[in-house]
Amino acid sequence: MMPADALIISACTLVNALGRGTRACFDALEEARGGLRPCDFDDADIDTWIGRVDGLEDEPVVAGLGSFDCRNNRLAQVGLRQDAFVERVAEVRARHGAARIGVFIGTSTSGVLQAELAYRRRDPITGALPADFSYFGTQNAMSPAEFTRRFLSLEGPVMSVSTACSSSAKVFASAYRHIKAGLCDAAVVGGVDSLCFSTLYGFSSLGLVSNRPCRPWDAERSGMNIGEGAGFALLEKMDGGVAGVALLGYGESSDAYHMSSPHPEGLGAAAAMKSALAMAGMTADAIDCINLHGTGTRANDESEDRAVMKVFGGGTPCSATKGWTGHTLGAAGITEALFAIGSIERGFIPGTLNSARLDPALSADVLLENRAASVTRVLSNSFGFGGSNCSLVLGAVS
Amino acid sequence: MKSVHVDAVGLVGPGIASWPDGLQVFADESAYRTGESPRCTTELLPANERRRVSSTARLALKVAEEAMAQSSLDIDSVCSVFATCNGDTEIIDKICVALTEPERAVSPTQFHNSVHNAAAGYWAIAAHSRMPSTTVCAYHASFVAGLMEAAAQSQVEARPVLLVAYDYPPPEPLAASVGTFSPFAVALALSPDATPQSIRLRMETVSGYPVEVMKSDDLERLRVSNPAACGLPLLRVLATGVSGRVILSHANGLQLAVDVETG
Repeated sequence: MMPADALIISACTLVNALGRGTRACFDALEEARGGLRPCDFDDADIDTWIGRVDGLEDEPVVAGLGSFDCRNNRLAQVGLRQDAFVERVAEVRARHGAARIGVFIGTSTSGVLQAELAYRRRDPITGALPADFSYFGTQNAMSPAEFTRRFLSLEGPVMSVSTACSSSAKVFASAYRHIKAGLCDAAVVGGVDSLCFSTLYGFSSLGLVSNRPCRPWDAERSGMNIGEGAGFALLEKMDGGVAGVALLGYGESSDAYHMSSPHPEGLGAAAAMKSALAMAGMTADAIDCINLHGTGTRANDESEDRAVMKVFGGGTPCSATKGWTGHTLGAAGITEALFAIGSIERGFIPGTLNSARLDPALSADVLLENRAASVTRVLSNSFGFGGSNCSLVLGAVS
Repeated sequence: MKSVHVDAVGLVGPGIASWPDGLQVFADESAYRTGESPRCTTELLPANERRRVSSTARLALKVAEEAMAQSSLDIDSVCSVFATCNGDTEIIDKICVALTEPERAVSPTQFHNSVHNAAAGYWAIAAHSRMPSTTVCAYHASFVAGLMEAAAQSQVEARPVLLVAYDYPPPEPLAASVGTFSPFAVALALSPDATPQSIRLRMETVSGYPVEVMKSDDLERLRVSNPAACGLPLLRVLATGVSGRVILSHANGLQLAVDVETG
């Protein structure tokens, strides 16, 4: 991608177990304060740790969007209210017109929690779901995208991207394509996923959740922790004179291997990283650090380690930040992409919280502690079920 | 936006087992009556995976396989965009039921098959394709959103893209909320360049035009009830081979105007 083709991130916001807003999140990363806690989600009886956002139970969505009220859209709303994001979008809306700003939101399970709770209240005779259940407002995959569009008063192309845990990395690619094809002039991209029983019990049934805070790349790692989070970014074409952090490249691939196990040699992941570098017009040595997908499961970390070694060799410092936030699934891609902005602005590479002894069978240069460093370009990995891989290159532009 | 080229089509709907069946339907549209939904099978997926795929994924794979069998494009070079409003509601229903029981025993296979991109994952395995693939949802405009994404990808990245839009009727009790009654799926193999058999499409977003409707009551019911079928007016123009403009609804008043240029 030529610098002129890059899309500048002119506003962004985050919420997850580390706190509300980018500042709270970057502070926690910098101060090595994690956000995980023993699972206390509703009546879920699973021996694990989770990354939970406090207060959602008491913060319904705004009047007028009541049919969208569910944990997932409440989380989206908390995210949208941070970092003066609404005001920044309003400025761009005034400049381009509401119909020329697209909305692309990644989610894995959307508001399926609402369906899970509705099934508990089925009519004992007919089996019908309760009348207050709003399928399209809550459970449907489009719900967070339509909620976001309405909350921000936008009227451009709108859709959800739902490719499991790569969803909100891939929204950057979709936004880029729509803008370059002339279907919109700017885009709000985001990712929202919230705690629910399907993912807690589902990942548990696959034997993938840990009963401790997750320890990516650790010799004794024993699985992932599920988290919840939302993140949003406003993407605009580069105008002369702007400085900030921009999307410099993306790479997507499929494993074509298995629905829930990554390719053992990491071939799909390596292809995604190579494509992202190629689009950014960079070689591997131009990248200052990698934010790994790094879930902390044995197979995922092994596969990603091989892929990173293939593309980068062992010379690039790597972080896995899911020990801070938990795995926020469909929100992980944008959460970790925006962590790159913290690294660039504050000059540090996050360590890998909770991990103590690196697995001798793995070779990537994974940092255990935060490291002060001048960071200008970051590659961020997100991989999901269905063998869906996406890597992003973000970097400072001036 | 610049143009993309439709190289091949795959189609399944009530009483429609293939694109050639669709050509007959559109040749005399008013005679169409809802028929039996054909049984969808997949040829490309390895036998051990074939046993695990649901009706929803088979529906998507059927049209993907038909389009690629008729396409002049090399399957190894084709990216994919899957578009579905409801995903796999049969599996989501089973998981929701399991979660109401005391043990909350969610099947691991059902869990990984419940992701919105399950059909896309199976397609990659079936086609032995490591090419990029995405899965999108836009309520009733899911086909339109998928078409925009696929066309933009084909044009901006200069590569062929297979669009697969599909929706399968949910079981009770979700059926009452969803309102999709018949399975429908369509696949379009799109190329950035003209091929010997291709038809050119140009697209732009517009608003305020009357939206195309179908002439047969049964087709119109299909168009408004199955999100994959909201592109039926475009398929009609592709089938009849006469150049023309089609207006499709996107969301909240936004529309996609597609200029079809044949010959």
